[in-house]
Amino acid sequence: MKFAVLVFPGSNCDIDCYKAVEDTVGQSVDYVFHTATDLSQYDAILVPGGFSYGDYLRCGAIAQFAPVMTEVRKAAEAGKFILGICNGFQILTESGLLPGALIRNNSLKFRCHQVDLVVENATTGFTNAYKKGDVIDIPIAHGEGSYFVDDETLATLKANNQIVFRYAGENPNGSVDGIAGVCNEAGNVVGMMPHPERAIKDILGSADGVKMFTSVLNAWRERNGAASIR
Amino acid sequence: MAQQVSVKEPTVEQIAEQKIYKQFGVSDKEYDLICGFMGRQPNYTEIGVFSVMWSEHCAYKNSKPLLKRFPITGPRVLMGPGEGAGIVDIGDNQAVVFKIESHNHPSAIEPYQGAATGVGGIIRDIFSMGARPVALLNSLRFGRLENERVRYLFEHVVSGIAGYGNCIGIPTVAGEVMFDEAYEGNPLVNAMCVGLIDHDKIQRGVAKGIGNPVFYVGPATGRDGIHGATFASEDLSAESEAKRSAVQVGDPFMEKLVMEATLELIDSGIVLGIQDMGAAGLTCSSAEMASKAGNGMELYLDEVPQREEGMTAYEMMLSESQERMLFVCEPQHEAQAKGIFERWGLHCAKVGKVSDDGRLKLFHKGELVGDMPVHALVDDCPIYDKPSQIPEYYLKNGSIDTNRYEQVLDLNAALAKVLASPSLASKEWVYNQYDYMVRTETAVRPGSDAAVVTIRGTRKGLAMTTDCNGRYVYLDPEVGGRIAVAEAGRNIVCSGAEPLAITDNLNFGSPEKPEIFWQMEKAVDGMAEACRVFETPVIGGNVSLYNENTRGAIYPTPVVGMVGLVHDTDHITTQEFKAEGDVIFLLGDTKAEIGGSEFQYAVHGVTEGRPPELDLATEKKLHQTVLSAIQQGLVASAHDLSEGGLAAALAEAGFGRGLGANVTFETNLRPDLALFSESQSRILLSAKPELADKLAVAVTLAGVPLQRLGTVGGDRLKVDIGGHDAIDASIAELRKVWKEAIPNHMNGKTA
Repeated sequence: MKFAVLVFPGSNCDIDCYKAVEDTVGQSVDYVFHTATDLSQYDAILVPGGFSYGDYLRCGAIAQFAPVMTEVRKAAEAGKFILGICNGFQILTESGLLPGALIRNNSLKFRCHQVDLVVENATTGFTNAYKKGDVIDIPIAHGEGSYFVDDETLATLKANNQIVFRYAGENPNGSVDGIAGVCNEAGNVVGMMPHPERAIKDILGSADGVKMFTSVLNAWRERNGAASIR
Repeated sequence: MAQQVSVKEPTVEQIAEQKIYKQFGVSDKEYDLICGFMGRQPNYTEIGVFSVMWSEHCAYKNSKPLLKRFPITGPRVLMGPGEGAGIVDIGDNQAVVFKIESHNHPSAIEPYQGAATGVGGIIRDIFSMGARPVALLNSLRFGRLENERVRYLFEHVVSGIAGYGNCIGIPTVAGEVMFDEAYEGNPLVNAMCVGLIDHDKIQRGVAKGIGNPVFYVGPATGRDGIHGATFASEDLSAESEAKRSAVQVGDPFMEKLVMEATLELIDSGIVLGIQDMGAAGLTCSSAEMASKAGNGMELYLDEVPQREEGMTAYEMMLSESQERMLFVCEPQHEAQAKGIFERWGLHCAKVGKVSDDGRLKLFHKGELVGDMPVHALVDDCPIYDKPSQIPEYYLKNGSIDTNRYEQVLDLNAALAKVLASPSLASKEWVYNQYDYMVRTETAVRPGSDAAVVTIRGTRKGLAMTTDCNGRYVYLDPEVGGRIAVAEAGRNIVCSGAEPLAITDNLNFGSPEKPEIFWQMEKAVDGMAEACRVFETPVIGGNVSLYNENTRGAIYPTPVVGMVGLVHDTDHITTQEFKAEGDVIFLLGDTKAEIGGSEFQYAVHGVTEGRPPELDLATEKKLHQTVLSAIQQGLVASAHDLSEGGLAAALAEAGFGRGLGANVTFETNLRPDLALFSESQSRILLSAKPELADKLAVAVTLAGVPLQRLGTVGGDRLKVDIGGHDAIDASIAELRKVWKEAIPNHMNGKTA
């Protein structure tokens, strides 16, 4: 299986995502620059956290226009696995690949600490190794992570089982309905504010994020048959 | 931010007759010297260049004689003071690069940008050496939080640090914040950066090879930060507000791009010399690079990217616009270098060349507008041996008996009061605003004795801390200086690491005052002596003087930033108690030492007397013993005793996992003094019951005093002294007080 980690000017969790792929599933992984115009060789695309283009406009608002995003849209349509984390989630909502928007935390402050998440949908390409209802310990680190959707969209999200994670305890940022992560209708595109790539070994404080990566390997194997495993 | 408008520059004669140089902090005697070196009177651009190069900030003219007293070499030191940052070998062809720097004056005027650009500047110092920055720390001092202006400064300094560090993606893993009225109006903002480098990638700021081109990278130069270095070398006054334009504006996104491109450029192997444009911008970087190579440099100022129309040579040379670098390579590598920067969306301009005449020559609009001997700029600033005098307060304090206070009987209340004192209270409000996890190597997060960052591909880690108790240094600068280094060392060994070296940030008042110079001298002596004993040389640092205003000087605050090497990640140890039933030990002797303590300040409302004593040999033995016990796997938790003494240490150790302790403390001292004494060279350890005897034997054999205090357990902290419950309090309640103290202040919930 081949992973791409996108690099926008100002991405800063790109290295962490790369290391997480190496350390959790040991599959092939490349950094792919924002100017790339071909993602056809990749099976999964990770859109990492950071401050793309400085986030001086709305977070992710400029990144949506990067050449590579045209390819990401194609990959999403083709059913490839796409995960946006933190700024990556913001980029995916700004690009229209995921519903909703991320606005300033209700505390008006950047918040960095561990949170408990409830796995609400364990059928997506990135969550199939969890069980619905699992509570996992994953850190957050964001200033603009308050998820917003209107009531109508919220009803659709619920009806389509598109809410992937909710904050289990205190809602750290004022997200609508405590939503921490969502997916598209097909379940191949997932976005979340918390950082699973920062929770892959005990020395970092938690290893609960490992299953995000094993999930996508499972999903890919299932799709392609065990024979194609390198 | 107000923009300066170019006005007609004074003539050579006007500068001399009207003594315009004095506005730049150049004395009559210095002006005469400059004329001597020049062989004529300098023009406006030249006097501007000299004034920043000869400022305290760049030339250390008042502190150099003192800095020479520090030990700066050691078997592991690959680079000492003088370059952007010092470098220490950690084996396997790797080295750690680190430095601390102050941004006190800018932060007092414009806290967000002042703090943010402080972080940006220290990061540039690290990556310009060729190192990948891996962690940030900061050491902050403010007045009392009851003061509204102080809360404003505190809030915006923290958010400036967060804004820069979070965006650039370097974790802010440790630091300290203390509050005392001594810092009102003069907050201290010291930022430290730690980087990793392979030995063969180490860069220097040298302009090598006559005729080689000099390149400028980064955003265009504007009129911001003009005379920042001079501004930082004088007292703050009512007029300081008008110098707001001397404060620069940071762009962490730009710095991220410059950092990635610079590291890629260095990796390509074509760089001959590189230096960041920090204090005194283009002036300092060009003069220093030429000086270090024994060469000269010609700068073509029309080629300097400019953000504004009509900038003068003077403005371009003195601008401190941020995120800029200067580098030299061979002419045939120009296209390759430009290609790297273009990939990151950056412009790289050829602005000069290395010359053989030892002069810094500035060309603008076809004319030679400045011509100065490099040597005079960099090396010939007069160095002053300032007069020193013992201050009266010090003599008076010698006769104050700090045990004379009426005995405090309600020690539960006293403990709560000490824990709620903002200097000691939880700093979660601060560090939760910092991304301390990015890069996914943070093994010990903010809040323990020292942070630990692991090194990928090895079993090693780096422990890091900043420490200084300004009250101790004020009460006795020499002892306080020793304690600052000792406490840093204690924090490093408690985290399971071997202390390697330090960087220091000497924050003091005005050296023109003999009493302040005495504080500097004594503090440096104390630190230097401690560094020699602990074999932790000073590999770089920064001096920030004139931290005073009309109300007086700050407490002398020589902040120590120490880095240690964790030889195996299995050794990583934190301060929190781990499990019920673990046995608690106190190492070291407890004396009645209340002078300068948090208890004295929070409960008795004064800072007086003499600080705790410190014997360096005793301290060193303690470090070696604890580190060895940790490395043998005998220790479950380790926490150094510092502010708040044993009582605070026991409570803090319990907060992590909400564990209480049942302790019997054998002492001949009055209970309040025994519990809150800040006697040095003490560490609190806990061990699994089955390892407790082995630990006790190891410590005793090493000759370190040891007391078995009791066991971890329950949800209350109980301390028995002489058969009475001196303390019996719920850990959850103490934790609440400790945790909520700063948020309450910031949310206006306290009077």
